[in-house]
Amino acid sequence: MSPLALIFLIIGIPALIGLAYIFVRGSAGLRRYILTRIGLLIPMVFILASLVFFVMRVLPGDPVRSSLGPKGSAETVARMREQLGLDDPLIVQYGRFLGDIVTLDFGNSLTGGRRPIIDEMSERFPATLELVIPAAGLALLIGIVGGTLAAARRKRPFDYALRLYSVVIYSIPVFWLGLIFQLVFGVRLGWTPIAGRIDPVIATTLERTTNILWLDAIITGNWAALWSSLSHLVLPVVTLGLILSGVFLRLTRVNVIETLQMEYIGAARARGIRERIVVGSHALKNAIIPVITLLGLQVAILLAGAVLTETVFSWPGMGQYLVQRISSRDYTAVQSVITMFAMLVALISLAVDIVYSLVDPRVRY
Amino acid sequence: MATSSDILYSVRNLTVEYETRHGVVKGVDDVSLDIRRGEILGLVGESGSGKSTLGKAMMRLRNGSARITSGELWFDGQNLMELSERQMRDLRGSRLGMVFQDPMTSLNPVQRIVEHLTETMLTHEPEWTEEEARARAEELVERLGIRRERVKDYPHQMSGGMRQRVMIALALALNCDLVIADEPTTSLDVIVEAKFLDLLKELRDEFNLTILLITHNIGVVAEVADRVAVMYAAKLVEIGDVNQVFEKPLHPYTEGLLKSVPNIELDSGALYKMEGSPPDLSSPPPGCRFHPRCPYMMEEVCPIYDPPFAPPEGASEDTRVACWLHHPHPQKVAIGA
Repeated sequence: MSPLALIFLIIGIPALIGLAYIFVRGSAGLRRYILTRIGLLIPMVFILASLVFFVMRVLPGDPVRSSLGPKGSAETVARMREQLGLDDPLIVQYGRFLGDIVTLDFGNSLTGGRRPIIDEMSERFPATLELVIPAAGLALLIGIVGGTLAAARRKRPFDYALRLYSVVIYSIPVFWLGLIFQLVFGVRLGWTPIAGRIDPVIATTLERTTNILWLDAIITGNWAALWSSLSHLVLPVVTLGLILSGVFLRLTRVNVIETLQMEYIGAARARGIRERIVVGSHALKNAIIPVITLLGLQVAILLAGAVLTETVFSWPGMGQYLVQRISSRDYTAVQSVITMFAMLVALISLAVDIVYSLVDPRVRY
Repeated sequence: MATSSDILYSVRNLTVEYETRHGVVKGVDDVSLDIRRGEILGLVGESGSGKSTLGKAMMRLRNGSARITSGELWFDGQNLMELSERQMRDLRGSRLGMVFQDPMTSLNPVQRIVEHLTETMLTHEPEWTEEEARARAEELVERLGIRRERVKDYPHQMSGGMRQRVMIALALALNCDLVIADEPTTSLDVIVEAKFLDLLKELRDEFNLTILLITHNIGVVAEVADRVAVMYAAKLVEIGDVNQVFEKPLHPYTEGLLKSVPNIELDSGALYKMEGSPPDLSSPPPGCRFHPRCPYMMEEVCPIYDPPFAPPEGASEDTRVACWLHHPHPQKVAIGA
């Protein structure tokens, strides 16, 4: 089984069970809402896929020229165009592409060895996942804890310090922070490796199943690989996580402050509820709702690749892949990747909406 | 005069100041007030007269930039001003309860009714079990006329009247001695309001409550209160037995308030409207604060000297009024001073 399929099963099965549970337990309105959203997924993906298909064709340059370079003879170019099916009328190519989407077999890429796109994504997507999920988790942790504490100590030094931190960290370019971290922790201190996902020598000993390296290492009990993979993860995850934490911090802070003005907070204090619980539970539960939206959006964007972070740390993820394939006009690769993202984004936003209705009892669909 | 053991809560010379853009404003200015055990004391005044500020200060609740700058708050023999924030917190919700104006916003929207109740109980009585607290919560809610099953509801699933009863249930959860109800019926419609006030009276007897009922609606006071205190421009101007005050108000402001209540029986045509408007508290008028609006104003006294809040000449100690009309020889004071 391809690692990509495996990962979708690992994420998808619990998600499906959760969805089924919510579907059964939820109100009729929620059920209708979920069905509508899933129904809307199809036209949405279709429209986006079509858009990408035609935009790619309108762009100057083509995959044959870019892979053969300026020296390719007219004859070679013509032969290759025919081989790749680029001579067919546009409508035929479009039909073929839609067929590929329906069968979820995205065909072969046009450049870079013409391997099946599923295989290429099987290598890239797990790498991105491995980077993005912990980074988002770190950002969320810093943001929620820091934002709540800052709100509770509003206009005191701690609050000013955190606000300064969030502005500074948000405005630092991610590649600069990444380079500094590499310089300090990788080169000067020598604590962590600075590039790649795993030591290449150790990598040869690791049997791949999911392509999430630390997971594969645990499955096969390859502790050297586990250690190597985790130590390679530290710098990119911390870099990306810190950069993202600024927004989460500010959003949490502002929402907690706003919630603390509410009458029910005063009422809770008037009942003698401890301040820690008033802020950490009563206020935070109400303030967290917009933060969930931000998290969903950010994760969706990052799954398409944290291009800059991936570049700095030579992380072979989706971002690098997509940039590379766009510049070589690899039509099928770009189309397929974007179609997959469209589905992911739609599913994540559905998940966010469902979480909304769980967190806020007033939300009714 | 009531003896000291009859008095549950005694406010002594309380001053509360606010920081505003126009400088420091006294929201409550040197107010003294006794609340007797078991009574319902109505505190009336216009918006901005400082009655809510007084109510919050009595629980030492943080309220924007308001700060208690002087005074004593004696509750059941202890001066609350000397307690630590922790000790104060232990009193809030267990012995001092508060019901807020808007039941729509004073319950946490993401918390079930039962969680509000059990959380309050378990905060003050940590040795109770969750089940005990839950059972008591259901019992209480049922006593207040809400079906037991509804405790699982979220606030938005309840009507305004029900939510206000939940707020009362929260004050009753640990049998608070004093309930400060800050405009509890303002956002309720008239029928729900009447029911709520009846309930309040019933509960007072059943749970031995003492209630400070803060309201701008003098009709509400007439309905339920035993005594009434009138506040004007951050000061108390009159306090007394409710029947006595309503029959024979001493302070011209109280008189004006009573006259401006619409009365069906007494069809006097046009509604009485008090002249002028309450003063800006950042620069209150000198002397008696009501003098610019007072029909009985005495030129040589009222604009110059602040009247004492004291029993009027020849009346019992239970009545107090801050008006030169009722204090002996104001002219003498004026000349003598």
